[in-house]
Amino acid sequence: MEVQIRQVLAEHARLAVDIGTLGDRDDLYQAGMTSHASVSVMLALEDAFDVEFPERMLRKATFESVAAIKEALSELCSAAVD
Amino acid sequence: MPIEGAAAGGLRAGADLVEIAQVAESISRFGDRYLKRLFTDHEIDSCRGEPSVTAAGLAARFAAKEAAVKVLRPSAARPDWRSIEVVRHPAGWCDLHLTGEARRLAEEAGISKLALSMSHEAGMAGAVVVAVCFSD
Repeated sequence: MEVQIRQVLAEHARLAVDIGTLGDRDDLYQAGMTSHASVSVMLALEDAFDVEFPERMLRKATFESVAAIKEALSELCSAAVD
Repeated sequence: MPIEGAAAGGLRAGADLVEIAQVAESISRFGDRYLKRLFTDHEIDSCRGEPSVTAAGLAARFAAKEAAVKVLRPSAARPDWRSIEVVRHPAGWCDLHLTGEARRLAEEAGISKLALSMSHEAGMAGAVVVAVCFSD
C-alpha cells in the first residue's frame, strides 16, 4: 500500500522534493503540496485503491503525510471488505 | 492608538492562488470525476468555451472555494467543494452561494455578508473573499 501511495504522490502531489526523501510522517504541505494538488492526489488514490473518500475525511490532516493517507485508506479498504 | 487586526473587528478575509495548468491537467486526467466532485452544473456551464478559457474560469472558481474555506475556518472536515458555489450573474459579476456545511459554518460564525473577487492572468487564477461576521 505504501509503495502505491508514494507513487501517487510522486505523480500528483507536485512536491518540491523527491518523495523518496520524505519520511512517513513528514508534512506533505510543507514539502510543496498545494490545496489543488491534494485534490489530484485524492482522485488518484481513489482510482488506485477503488475507494471514495467520504466528506468526513475531507480534511487537510487526511492527506498531510504518507502515514495519514495510509491510515485513511486502511479504514476505507477494510470498510469495503466488510 | 493601535490599529486592531481585522479579526478583532468582525471582518475575515481569505485569498487563494491556483496554477491554471494544474486545473487543465486535472480535467484531462480525471474528466467528469474531477469536474462533478468540485463544481456545480452552473459553475461548469459558466466556464464553457475553449479549453484554455474553461481551465482559467474553473481555476478561479477553485481559488474562490479555497478562499471561502479560509473565511469559514472549519475546525473539523472542510465543507464539500460544491457547497460553496460561485454564481455568475448575467451582467458578469460573481457572488458566493453557500449550502450544506458551508452555510452552517457561516451561520455559526455570524457571517452576514460575503464578497468575492476573482481574476486570472499569466497562468495563475486568484480569488479573494471578505466576510463581515458578528461572532468575532
